[in-house]
Amino acid sequence: MAVITGQQPNLQEAKGWRRTKNRIATVLMVVAFVLVVIPLVFVLITVVARGIKIISWQFFTAPIPPSPSPADVGGIGPAILGTFLIVGLATLMAVPLGVLGAIYLNEYGGKGPLARLIGFMADVMTGVPSIVMGLFIFSIWVLHFQFSGFAGALALGCLMLPVVIRSTDEMLKLVPNPLREGSYALGATKARVTITVVLPAAIGGIVSGALLAIARAAGETAPLLFTILTVTSANPNPFSGPNTSIPSQIFANATSPFTGAQDRAWGAALTLVVIAFLFMIAARIVTARFTRYSR
Amino acid sequence: MTQQAGPPGTAGPARPLSQRRPFGDRTFQLITLGAGLLVLVILVLIAVTTTQQAAPWFSAEGWGIFGKTWNPATNQFGALAFIYGTAITSAIAVIMAVPVSVGIALLLTEVVPYRWARPIVYVIDLLAVVPSVVWGLWGILVFAPWIAKIYAHIASAVAGIPVLDDLFGSPTSGASFFTAGIILAFMITPIVTSLSREVIATVPAIDKEGAYALGATRLEMIQGAVWPHSKGGIVGAVLLGLGRAMGETIAAALVIGSSATITSHLFAPGDSMPAVIANQFGEASGTFRAALIGLGVLLFAFTIIINVIARAIVGRSAEQGSA
Repeated sequence: MAVITGQQPNLQEAKGWRRTKNRIATVLMVVAFVLVVIPLVFVLITVVARGIKIISWQFFTAPIPPSPSPADVGGIGPAILGTFLIVGLATLMAVPLGVLGAIYLNEYGGKGPLARLIGFMADVMTGVPSIVMGLFIFSIWVLHFQFSGFAGALALGCLMLPVVIRSTDEMLKLVPNPLREGSYALGATKARVTITVVLPAAIGGIVSGALLAIARAAGETAPLLFTILTVTSANPNPFSGPNTSIPSQIFANATSPFTGAQDRAWGAALTLVVIAFLFMIAARIVTARFTRYSR
Repeated sequence: MTQQAGPPGTAGPARPLSQRRPFGDRTFQLITLGAGLLVLVILVLIAVTTTQQAAPWFSAEGWGIFGKTWNPATNQFGALAFIYGTAITSAIAVIMAVPVSVGIALLLTEVVPYRWARPIVYVIDLLAVVPSVVWGLWGILVFAPWIAKIYAHIASAVAGIPVLDDLFGSPTSGASFFTAGIILAFMITPIVTSLSREVIATVPAIDKEGAYALGATRLEMIQGAVWPHSKGGIVGAVLLGLGRAMGETIAAALVIGSSATITSHLFAPGDSMPAVIANQFGEASGTFRAALIGLGVLLFAFTIIINVIARAIVGRSAEQGSA
């Protein structure tokens, strides 16, 4: 990238009040950025400083103790297990379906009215509040079956689906048409072209988008409240019985009057933030190394 | 050219290869269509199933769903206080987040060189990836106790002044409408910033260069070339941010104070629609539960309307930009 300096080759530098106003505007823009950095830094410092004190191997594996227990007793093992099971199941459902949906939008639907409607509604669906997804799965699944990790995964999957569709759609759009035309010319069917040529060409961006969706889903609490029914015991079977997750435990502990429970909440918050960041960094690495076509 | 490749007897140009549709190919198309339709199916199912579950509330209360009193003990479920809380907190969030977001978007697109823009975008992305519940935890244990002191100072400063006293008087603790609004503002800044940036990026370079060529300063260029071109899209971005703020649950549930009151005092504890669902659903059954699900239906309706309008505006302005 060429270096674009902020200075414009003005024949006559603006003077006086005009120049001052321009300076003020620039300073205000920088101030806007600083205003965002301050709370972010404060949150991250607090989470790291208060979380690091409690984190140990035992914290990641030990069972969740009763709230009044001091900070050095127990951990959040069941919550970590629950988060991996629930987010894993949600990913298994949402990513393949989202990629297929995006393939329809980009390869089959084209500019047709149905594809445009689906694309538009996918955008709208990203704005559906996560708590509504929780109520939806509660109404359609939990009332008929029971609380389970799978119900939580359904709710998270519903949140991830439109995100994956949108990010995949963007990536498929970037695949150059001559690639498709080349394989059609060799006699390949559309399905074969899509699976063996278009998807591999866009795979970096698709994986990166999916990783970002996972990072977001891992931090969601609201859709899990009425689908997994936060418990404190470990439940390795996501298809039966109530479960728990890291964000659910933080929510439960945040309002607790006991400092031990609050400390565990900070430790869990640090764990959650680190997990989300790792997925975000992974997405960046995939983007940097495996993306062939970008904007 | 393509005619040669086709089986003999098939008429028409450019058809043969694509018309040779083996079973697997058509199945694949149907599977992708099904996955795409899933979006529409889920949206319809959300509306239908939640409305069904909320029906007892709608039929029991009628227009009373918009009543002022929410008291599960006496079976009174008027949602006005929560609608009010949602409106107030998301308004505060939007008023604070929008100038900041648009400022950062302008900084990224018009001021800083490319190699600085990337780290700034990383920081904004970091902000987006901090989970709601972590904002809530920090909000209730760190931020609220700290800002409570500032509320107290402001309240004593405005005591007795007519309008200001009604707005900023009598704070009780740090958990309040205003605290929730601030936390929501942090949370919607990333999406408003990135959408505004997308919109601003579609301003034709020719317009900007033209403004500079006429001797405009950067600010004058932004006013004359960037703003007229992108104000529609920015309105859309703001609406999307508003939709996010309205639906944001966990952070609001932790810092809003959980009190079903309608008051002009911004520093007083209140409650919002998603927050009350999250906080009270566990102990609810019967009409109580139906009412909470009904709040979800209202929230779904509000956010869908806002999102449809916003997406239509953003989509149109993006098309204008690329055309």
